[in-house]
Amino acid sequence: MTQPAPLRLHVPEPTGRPGQHTDFSYLHLSPAGAARRPPLTTQPAETSDLAFALVRVLDEQGHAIGPWAPDLPAERLRFGLRAMLKTRIFDARMLVAQRQKKISFYIQSLGEEAVSVAHALALDDSDMCFPTYRQQGLLMARGVPLVDLICQLLSNERDPLKGRQLPVLYSVREAGFFSISGNLATQMPQAVGWAMASAIKGDTKIASAWIGDGSTAEADFHTALTFAHVYQAPVIFNVVNNQWAISTFQAIAGGEGTTFAARGIGAGIASLRVDGNDFLAVYAASRWAADRARNNLGPTLIEWVTYRAGAHSTSDDPTKYRPADDWAKFPLGDPILRLKQHLIAGGEWSEDAHAALQQELEAEVLAALKEAESFGTLADSHVHSVATMFEDVYQDMPPHLLRQRAELEATQ
Amino acid sequence: MSATTPMTMIQALRSAMDVMLERDPNVVIFGEDVGYFGGVFRCTEGLQKKYGNSRVFDAPISESGIVGVAVGMGAYGLRPVAEIQFADYVYPATDQIVSEAARLRYRSAGEFIAPLTIRMPCGGGIYGGQTHSQSPEAFFTHVCGLRTVMPSNPYDAKGLLIAAIENDDPVIFLEPKRLYNGPFDGHHDRPVTAWSKHPLGAVPEGYYTVPLESASVYRPGNALTVLTYGTMVHVAAAAAQESGIDAEIIDLRSLWPLDLDTIVNSVQKTGRCVVVHEATRTSGFGAELVSLVQEHCFYHLEAPIVRVAGWDTPYPHAQEWAYFPGPARVAAGFRKALEN
Repeated sequence: MTQPAPLRLHVPEPTGRPGQHTDFSYLHLSPAGAARRPPLTTQPAETSDLAFALVRVLDEQGHAIGPWAPDLPAERLRFGLRAMLKTRIFDARMLVAQRQKKISFYIQSLGEEAVSVAHALALDDSDMCFPTYRQQGLLMARGVPLVDLICQLLSNERDPLKGRQLPVLYSVREAGFFSISGNLATQMPQAVGWAMASAIKGDTKIASAWIGDGSTAEADFHTALTFAHVYQAPVIFNVVNNQWAISTFQAIAGGEGTTFAARGIGAGIASLRVDGNDFLAVYAASRWAADRARNNLGPTLIEWVTYRAGAHSTSDDPTKYRPADDWAKFPLGDPILRLKQHLIAGGEWSEDAHAALQQELEAEVLAALKEAESFGTLADSHVHSVATMFEDVYQDMPPHLLRQRAELEATQ
Repeated sequence: MSATTPMTMIQALRSAMDVMLERDPNVVIFGEDVGYFGGVFRCTEGLQKKYGNSRVFDAPISESGIVGVAVGMGAYGLRPVAEIQFADYVYPATDQIVSEAARLRYRSAGEFIAPLTIRMPCGGGIYGGQTHSQSPEAFFTHVCGLRTVMPSNPYDAKGLLIAAIENDDPVIFLEPKRLYNGPFDGHHDRPVTAWSKHPLGAVPEGYYTVPLESASVYRPGNALTVLTYGTMVHVAAAAAQESGIDAEIIDLRSLWPLDLDTIVNSVQKTGRCVVVHEATRTSGFGAELVSLVQEHCFYHLEAPIVRVAGWDTPYPHAQEWAYFPGPARVAAGFRKALEN
């Protein structure tokens, strides 16, 4: 018997690093219209092919084709375009504010606007989303006032979260937007629990949980799949595969040679892999999953294939770990440009209307920033009083916190 | 108050959950083996049959999942009571307890709360070895936003559990498993006594609460103050009786936030203090108690504060009774506090 070669450790690498061109063939794309659309009552195991395919609706010319093409009036599409553009303009302006040191930290969602916005359009407003820090599109689609959001970012006297959370870690209960944790994946079993509660109470609301490709490696992700399957919880799992978790490529999270949608199949959950930059595909798949959940047909996992066009946050420089022109070469393009192309192709939109909308939204964001700044910023110390730091630890302040607050006040 | 019935601690806990399932349609109970079977210690026996399997049900073997879904249910508006089968198994749920349940109200400025009760049997004395004997209370008392509770008898167990379920803060509810069926005084070689022979084994059948943040004086005395909780309340009482030392035994009941006034009043009266717990000594909850007594009673103290605790080793199996701080070790602690 011959000696085998010495064992060697496999550490996945992306197909492109700075100075190289990424080979995106690893994405295994399907053409628009090619993926089948199963009935809502499909058995989870029968969606195996769809966990490895790619649901797409918009073709290269911007036409909606195939069985997933949704029947959405142009007015809703224009609403979606507006919410995506608003998200992008808001992000860009807040990045500038961060560089001006008005905001301590920021996370943008550049290039991923469709997954949040189109998904929100497929839900009822009373459905509860359990987001990560890159789903500000949900807030834009649900019409949350920009001033409230910016006051949170500025940590000022009107910050609804009283200066307790890092910028972007919003909580907007009335908009069905659960408090964002900084700990990854914890929201997944929580969303399942919320959905179970809705089922226990005989309610009609469903939950929608969000996670990135990177943190699917956390146990909480897999735990959530098990609980959702066991109790057939009315929940949607959104895995936003934007290819990068800070500097680690999606293969380090376990995406090499498989898909994140495939995780659902093994757990007995209907699973789809969808073009996350195709607004119509995102809406259609989200609607399919929401209808299944609302009709007691169980959970659905959707992997949204997209690309994190910007840095992870304001604390990293992506040109240090990936090609600088990666997004321009990403084969699924830009979700805003693709929906715009579709609307123009159908005679429902124009370059002039787009330019006017852009101008209107820029003015709206700027006005909101100005108004929010009038309530102070972290930089100018117009923040909630230090005494408020002792509130909300418990429902009622226990004696030890009363003593500590007095101690703080005595030393101020 | 309704008529009393002799109950074991298990029956008292079950009665508390029964009362709350009946009173509040938002109460749900789940955990490993708690549904059809009624729990490995039988605390939830019969509840699924009575209230249906959407109110009382089995959970997968995943403590992070059990607490994680409980947080989500709480955010929806339910009042979940989750059972962790043994406190030794709680560690996978640490992130959901520490980073999520404990801070949800704070981080959302009150938009979302986590009104959970997380029950778990703790402590040794049943030859459970290092994975069925731990007393992890100090992990939880260290976490701001949590309430940590440990009853020492059936009456308190029921009243505290009802108070915990009704409380809007997350409560870690530790149940000394050696006390489930009788008031164990540390003499493992003697016959087990029954709760029916103990005054605190008489439990009202209906609704009542024992307030959180409230200690009780289990045994009044003048020679020294014993600060303790759970099983060690009974061990300390045996030590007082056997040594003839007139110890005042304070049963903390709520570990954190706690009833500082009862502690301070007693130590200022006796001038001597012994802190007793079953958990390992270093960075144990006793360290916090010693520090509080030092801060609030220093000029009343006539001797250094003494700690009696489990040794700083994992909980052994065959050497259980050398590990467990029994009446002889506690009485030695009393005598040490009376020196000087």
